[in-house]
Amino acid sequence: MATVYGIDLGGRGPALQARGLSVYYGEKHAVQNVDLEIPANQVVALIGPSGCGKSTLLRCFNRMNDLVKTARVDGTVDFHGQNLYASGIDPVEVRRRIGMVFQKPNPFPKSIYDNVAFGPRMNGLDGDLDATVEESLRRAALWDEVSDRLDDSAYALSGGQQQRLCIARTLAVKPEIVLMDEPASALDPIATQRIEELIYELKRDYTIVIVTHNMQQAARISDYTAFLYMGQLIEYGPTETIFTNPREKRTEDYVTGRFG
Amino acid sequence: MSERTPVPIGTAESAFDRRRRLFGVMFAWLCGAATLVGVAALVVLLVDVLIDGLPRLDVQLLTSFASRFPERAGVRAALAGSIWLLVLTAVISFPVSVAAAIYLEEYAPKGWITKVIQTNIANLAGVPSIVYGILGLALFVRAMGLDRSILSGALTLSLLVMPVIIMASQEAIRAVPPTIREAAYGLGATRWQVVSYQVLPMAFPGILTGTILALSRAVGETAPLILVGAVGFVAFTPRGIMDQFTVLPLQIYSWISRPQDEFRELAAAGIIVLLLLLLTMNAAAIILRNRALARR
Ligand SMILES: Nc1ncnc2c1ncn2[C@@H]1O[C@H](COP(=O)(O)OP(=O)(O)OP(=O)(O)O)[C@@H](O)[C@H]1O
Ligand SMILES: [Mg+2]
Repeated sequence: MATVYGIDLGGRGPALQARGLSVYYGEKHAVQNVDLEIPANQVVALIGPSGCGKSTLLRCFNRMNDLVKTARVDGTVDFHGQNLYASGIDPVEVRRRIGMVFQKPNPFPKSIYDNVAFGPRMNGLDGDLDATVEESLRRAALWDEVSDRLDDSAYALSGGQQQRLCIARTLAVKPEIVLMDEPASALDPIATQRIEELIYELKRDYTIVIVTHNMQQAARISDYTAFLYMGQLIEYGPTETIFTNPREKRTEDYVTGRFG
Repeated sequence: MSERTPVPIGTAESAFDRRRRLFGVMFAWLCGAATLVGVAALVVLLVDVLIDGLPRLDVQLLTSFASRFPERAGVRAALAGSIWLLVLTAVISFPVSVAAAIYLEEYAPKGWITKVIQTNIANLAGVPSIVYGILGLALFVRAMGLDRSILSGALTLSLLVMPVIIMASQEAIRAVPPTIREAAYGLGATRWQVVSYQVLPMAFPGILTGTILALSRAVGETAPLILVGAVGFVAFTPRGIMDQFTVLPLQIYSWISRPQDEFRELAAAGIIVLLLLLLTMNAAAIILRNRALARR
């Protein structure tokens, strides 16, 4: 029976399992020897002060750090019992099945439609492309705002709309796991709430790892929370425990805003 | 707590403020003056050429071949030769250069070999064109037996422009924001897909500008073409890439070096034709570029 920190997962098992994960940027040891289990169909929040390595850790889960020339990754990440960093694993497939929403909105300089359709097209999934685009935009809570101007440039959207477009674009590929790096940092409270509802809804079909600086948000939407500090995983457990009864003093200080 | 006396905007300019404002104004004037130098030189050149050449610029000039008699001479062979050479050079150098730029930017391992290649390309861009002529003569005309043909000329000019196009293309590819690459890779695109669907379309306007600039220089080249066998007197238009040829700059040069005034006017008219050819090329580039930009 699979358990995470003594919690029964109902036999679902971990979707991702990191062991001894380290990331170096040249000499800098940005993520230090992290062991982390991401249970399937759950939301895991990564929290911690700026620069502590949340984005870096998140990018390990779909091999985005391969693209950073100075970055070197040690350790293993198991996905369906397979190490993502084993030789012979194609990072392209990894990224198709483990999607990512980036910290800064990064739409392509193309139309709204083409932005969402890019992933399905590149992966040969263009069965009913129109339907996929609409469904993805609806799920990202953007459809109502753009349905009548799908051919407009994505650059004509506001920052928050662009971020939701990037979420839609990721969903269109239908990944198993969605990695989100502060997806709501540029959104207003209404759009943020929609995104949170979306995350809650996505949980049925997807596993979600989300980086956030917003403690209330982490408490609201996540099932598990990991607290990172200076590249180390300080504490990991059920969100309720982390927020109400953490083992570590540093965790308590951080989640209550007394960090300094 | 200290009281702040309200100060209306524009009433409290310090010596520092005045100095930097003055500096700003001076800088703008200096840049304007620099621009004027270039424009003035161009205007003087143009007016001089137009005065001499315009009377001779007519249909007959375009339809006649070179001749000993100035009133019957024209640029037909030279214009045709220049266009043939231009098109063939573009066809050869553009795909090769862009492919090389893509390789160097997106695929090449960042080791010392790549660095050596990179440095060499930069150096090649600075080699005098006559040196390429010597190489073309030895390699294309003699060793490969291509003779004094348009193909020899185009291959030689291709060698000449390729370093410039490669470097301009690399610059344009490098200017594509890494976040765009990340986004595409993050959606499960392969390297080939990222390059062909995202990077190249974004870099295309820059690549095009570099190519046109390089080709504009090539159209004006004389020295290397003399070496690979372009001749000043050709009385037919080329029919294929293995034909003999002449080009506008060479024709102009051969006319200017004659003593008669009529030939000098003819040369001026030839220069106007050459300028028109360049303008057409640049206009085509601008149209293509705007179309590429509009597709965003
Ligand atoms: N490409 C890079 N090259 C060198 N160092 C890097 C690079 N990216 C990140 N770092 C360093 O690694 C550390 C972790 O960075 P990371 O982006 O993961 O932090 P983060 O927790 O996501 O911060 P934030 O909350 O501000 O986004 C930082 O000290 C950062 O300076
Ligand atoms: Mg970050």
